[in-house]
Amino acid sequence: MLAIKNIDVCYGDVQVIWDLSFEIKQGEVLALIGANGAGKSTTLKTISGILRPKRGEILFEDQPIHTAEPFRLIEMGIAHVPEARRLFVEMTVEENLDMGSLKGEARKDRAKTKEMVCSLFPRLRERLYQPAGTLSGGEQQMVAIARGLMAKPKLLMLDEPSLGLAPILVREIFKVINQIRKEGVTVLIVEQNVKQTLATADRAYVLENGRVTLEGSGVDLTNDPHVQAAYLGV
Amino acid sequence: MESFLQTLIAGVLLGGLYALIGIGMTLIMGVMKIINLAHGDLMMVGMYIAFWMFTLFGIDPYLSVFIAAPILFFLGVLMQKFLINPVLKVDSILPENQVILTVGIGMVLANLATILFTSNYRSTPVSYSTSAWYLSDYWHSAPIELSLSVTGTVSFIFAVVITLALWFFLAKTDTGKSIRATAQDIDAALLMGVNVKRMRVVTFGLGSALVGAAGCLFIPSYYLYPSLGGQFTLIAFVITILGGLGSTIGAIFGGLILGIFESMTATYVGMGWAPVGRFLIFVAALVFLPGGIASLLKKKGVRR
Repeated sequence: MLAIKNIDVCYGDVQVIWDLSFEIKQGEVLALIGANGAGKSTTLKTISGILRPKRGEILFEDQPIHTAEPFRLIEMGIAHVPEARRLFVEMTVEENLDMGSLKGEARKDRAKTKEMVCSLFPRLRERLYQPAGTLSGGEQQMVAIARGLMAKPKLLMLDEPSLGLAPILVREIFKVINQIRKEGVTVLIVEQNVKQTLATADRAYVLENGRVTLEGSGVDLTNDPHVQAAYLGV
Repeated sequence: MESFLQTLIAGVLLGGLYALIGIGMTLIMGVMKIINLAHGDLMMVGMYIAFWMFTLFGIDPYLSVFIAAPILFFLGVLMQKFLINPVLKVDSILPENQVILTVGIGMVLANLATILFTSNYRSTPVSYSTSAWYLSDYWHSAPIELSLSVTGTVSFIFAVVITLALWFFLAKTDTGKSIRATAQDIDAALLMGVNVKRMRVVTFGLGSALVGAAGCLFIPSYYLYPSLGGQFTLIAFVITILGGLGSTIGAIFGGLILGIFESMTATYVGMGWAPVGRFLIFVAALVFLPGGIASLLKKKGVRR
């Protein structure tokens, strides 16, 4: 579905991604794990066009997207829930959800999808008319994921959805990710919460210093001695 | 008492127009993060359009709102696309320096107007320019006498209607929401599929159209000359600071406060002192309320 082929990404003169290649298959939950600064968020930003690869290409359903205008990607079916949520804090929750469904099919089905995400996150229904900035961190994360789902994406990219959340909320977020998978949405998740992520993901790549050092199924990586030592603290 | 109320009324009527000028600037400020110092000069262009429409075709200045606003919209779009955008692209130019570009644009507009139309004072002598409605005409035993000037009142009503239409556009339409989203978080807006480049262009056009409309509303009761832009840029700037950068509601309150304050200064201190009142408010806002009225509204939990 999404193929990343030999990309190099730089911030100015500093190269952070080196010859990175990986693939996401239709319907799977794929995780990118790694330490701070490994290049996980950079990879997502490059896919969604905020950053451009210096070399290599990115294909989505066999179409090159690394040259497309970034604002077109959501219409093509890629929704990116960015790190730190990036809600429109002065707009209401409902307006935030509306912003997720500006184009095409998603715009037509706005009311229906809104109903769907509200049943996924019942707490949002009571908060619809509140400015997003007044919500708690966990609720804001729910709005961010819900806003991504409003686009009716084929591929949903989540950047650290569990960051700064209480353990009980983390579990709730992962439960929702499982539910999203059941709806047939492909999920690419970047996480530091390695244990929970590997338990949910079908496959995962370990990124270190901008390169893939390991890949495998969630179970395989959970049992890998290097992963255990470096990320699971076993 | 009578003169106080009369001054207050005059202030509110003036404030409504000021708000319209301020909203245009604050809208551009919110999305572009730059102060458009050609704002007053754009208003001057709007006023010349109204003046020539009146002089050549006898079109009422209030009807010229519907001519000047679209023209100014396109002028704003062209300025943004061909002058400001190319400068935005150059990383080595600090955003602050784009402000200097707008100063230059303002100078060019003012000097072009001088070359083309001379520096003579112009006005549109409409038949109703000095008429007014008197309270005693409607209420014969009124204890006090108050009046509403026709031009002031009609202009105020126009300003209110335009502001309401703008509010509806920003609050209820997808394009309006996209403009607000671009102002709040440009990268997140991009991820939502907002064409932020186009939003910048549309916003600049919209801000210009608003101030162009304001120009048409001012001309029935004001003189027009090519260099009048500067003083209105200053007024818009004071309102933008007073209201809180980028806040539309703040600009409405800011405009009303400035209008009332100027009107009070003119009545109780002296006609020539009104600009001094303007500066006083400006300095007071910077010292005592650096976040503007928007920061007060935020504290009270009111939505912008």
